[in-house]
Order: sequence, then structure tokens, then C-alpha cells
Amino acid sequence: MQLIVILLVALGLIGLALGGYLTPISRILVNPIVSAQTWLAKRYQAIQSLITQPEDVTTLRQKNAQLEAENSSLQVQIIELQQQVTEAQLLSTLVDYERRHVENQYIAAAVIARDISPFMHYVIIDRGSDDGLRKGMPVITQQGLVGSIAAVTAGAARVQLINDPGSSINVILQQSEIEAVLNGQITGEIELDMISQNAIVQPGDLVMTSGLGGKYPASIVIGQVVTIRSETYALFQTASVQPAVDFSQLEIVLIITNFQPVDITPLVPAPNAP
Amino acid sequence: MPLLNGTADLILLFIVSWALQDRVESAWQWCLIGGIFASLYTALPFGSLVIAYLFGTGIARILKRRVWKAPFLAMLAATFIGTLVVHLISLIARLIMGVNIPITSVLNLILLPGLLLNLILAIPVFSIMHDMAGWLYPEELEA
Repeated sequence: MQLIVILLVALGLIGLALGGYLTPISRILVNPIVSAQTWLAKRYQAIQSLITQPEDVTTLRQKNAQLEAENSSLQVQIIELQQQVTEAQLLSTLVDYERRHVENQYIAAAVIARDISPFMHYVIIDRGSDDGLRKGMPVITQQGLVGSIAAVTAGAARVQLINDPGSSINVILQQSEIEAVLNGQITGEIELDMISQNAIVQPGDLVMTSGLGGKYPASIVIGQVVTIRSETYALFQTASVQPAVDFSQLEIVLIITNFQPVDITPLVPAPNAP
Repeated sequence: MPLLNGTADLILLFIVSWALQDRVESAWQWCLIGGIFASLYTALPFGSLVIAYLFGTGIARILKRRVWKAPFLAMLAATFIGTLVVHLISLIARLIMGVNIPITSVLNLILLPGLLLNLILAIPVFSIMHDMAGWLYPEELEA
């Protein structure tokens, strides 16, 4: 009898539940349970992550270190490749220059040091007498004249730049065919001197070696005239020149090896000579 | 990094600051080594920088004895005089080589900017060398 009553009550409850009549009651009963379960689950997850986190952090740190190392090596590779591309472009332009000027023989050399004294404008290159370099050989780039070799050792050479105060070159202005002397300055600039007062010099005139004096071959580009100074009481005009070569960015240079400089010093009369 | 045409002379600064350190007896040797290495990198007549650095070291040693209670002041004074000596010897060497250099340009474009750079760098260099001297020659503790 009790069993039948229980079954009838159970069936009644199921029927009510299926009919949706027990929803408010079940909500009242279930909601605290759900809240309690949620609270417990959150605490459980927190404790679980607390226990397992050190492993994750260690793994992540290792991965991070690996990735950072990989990143660093890739950045180094990128820099090396960029340098190689720059060098290749530079060499390519130098090869082009060589092909256009087949009358000369060249040796390429890298600039490995600069003079530490601000009074001197010299660079040191990585080729020397073992490579056939001799004192006085002209040094150029694809842009123009750099200077000449001032001293040579077996494996290196010192190059006097044309902007050194001790440098003096006979030049010619291409358009007007006016001859002058180009002198280096202590400031690293180059200046034209000994221009006749009658000569007409224009800004933009191309300055090239004249070949006079036997120190440099003729027709090597040096730069362009920027400003002209002409004073009535002076014997000659002077002009400042913008060099074609950027001396602060010298990396690779060409040495003309088949040019023999002529030393005309014995032909220059001494001041006290009769 | 040049300022106008003047540059800092780090070799001079290191030599001078080393010569100013207490308990350092190897100042002259390092001066010679520095001078010879510098001479290899410059087209100035060989030995001119050695002579200049020897002067600088000598000045530093004298100042060390005179103003030993104010090492930073001694460093600044030694840097000032040392820089003047180095530039003067370089200028004389160039003039002897037959190169005509305007003195005013040297003064305005090389000497004064170089002097300024050297004086700016003098104190940090002195601090580095002071730490190094303390590390190499630790002060003996009295029993």
C-alpha cells in the first residue's frame, strides 16, 4: 500500500515536473547548489593552477629564452646579410667603374682605420706592398679621387686623402678648361687656389685632375665648384669645392696600380739657387 | 664622435687618469704602450704622440703630488694641460712637415672642441680607472 502511494506521489511529481509546475521550486532549491558548486569549482581550479603553474612558468621561460636567442641570431643574420648586400652593391659599382675605365689596372682594398689625430686626414687600407702597392699610387672610388698612398707596409698602406692640409693637386675645370691648384684644409674641406683673376668660374663647374705634376693621372673627377671668392687686391681667385667622395663613408677603394707617379722635386728650383 | 673638427683623446684620458691613481706605479709603462699604439694609427711623425703622452703623464704625476686631496680637480687640470700639450706637439709636427695650417682655425675648430670633449669625458674616465685601480691594487688593511 505504501509502495503504491510512493509510486503515485513519484509519478505525480514527475508529471508536475514535466508539466513545468515545479520549476520555481526547483530554481529555489538548485540555485544555492549551483552557486556553491561554482564557488567550489573556482577554488579548485585556482588551487590546481597554483600547483601546476611553476612547471608552466618554467616551460614558458625556457621557450621564451629559446625564442629570444633565435630572434637575436636572426637579427644578427639580417644585419650580416644587409652588410653583405651593401658590400656587394659597392663592389658591383666598383666593377662597373673598372669596366668603364679599362685603361687602368686596379686593386680593391678595404678601409680598416682612420687617423686618430684631428690634424691628419689619412686612412689605412688592408693592402700593402705584398699586393703590389707602392708609394704614390692614386686611390679612387667610383665617385672620384680619394688620395694617394703615402706609406706602405707589407700588409697595409696609409692613404693621404685629398682633403688633408698637406695635399696639393693640379686640377682643371672641365667646362672652362681653367687650371688651378686644389688644396686640402684643416677643416676637411677642399679649396681651389691659383685661379687667374681673369678666369670666369661658375658654381657647378666640374673639377678634375689635370695630370700636371705627374702625381695623378688626368681626368679623374674630384668634385664641383660651390662658391668663388674673388678679391680685388688678391693675385688669384679662390673657390671652395664640394668633393664627389664622402670621406667619412669610405669603405672600399680602388688603387690604380699601373700608374707610376713622377717625382719632380729635383726639377723644382731651390729658393737660393743661382 | 667629432665636435666641429675636434675629437676626444681617450688614450690621453686613460693614461692621465691612470697616472693620477694612488698605489699605481706602472703609469709610465702604460704611457709608452699607449703612445706607441697611437703612433701606429697616425701619420704624425713616429714618436710625437709618445712625447706628448709622456708630457701628459709627467704633468699628472706632478699634480698628483701637489693636489692629492682633490683628485677630480687634478684630473681636470691634467686633462686641460695634457690636451694643450698633445695639440701643440701635433701642430708643431705638422708645421715641421711643411704644412701651413692657420692657427686660428686650429684653435677654433680643433683645440677648443677637443678640449671640451676631453673635459666632459675626464670625470667618467677617472671614475672607471679609479675603480680599476682599487680592484687591481686593493688598499692594505692595517692590523
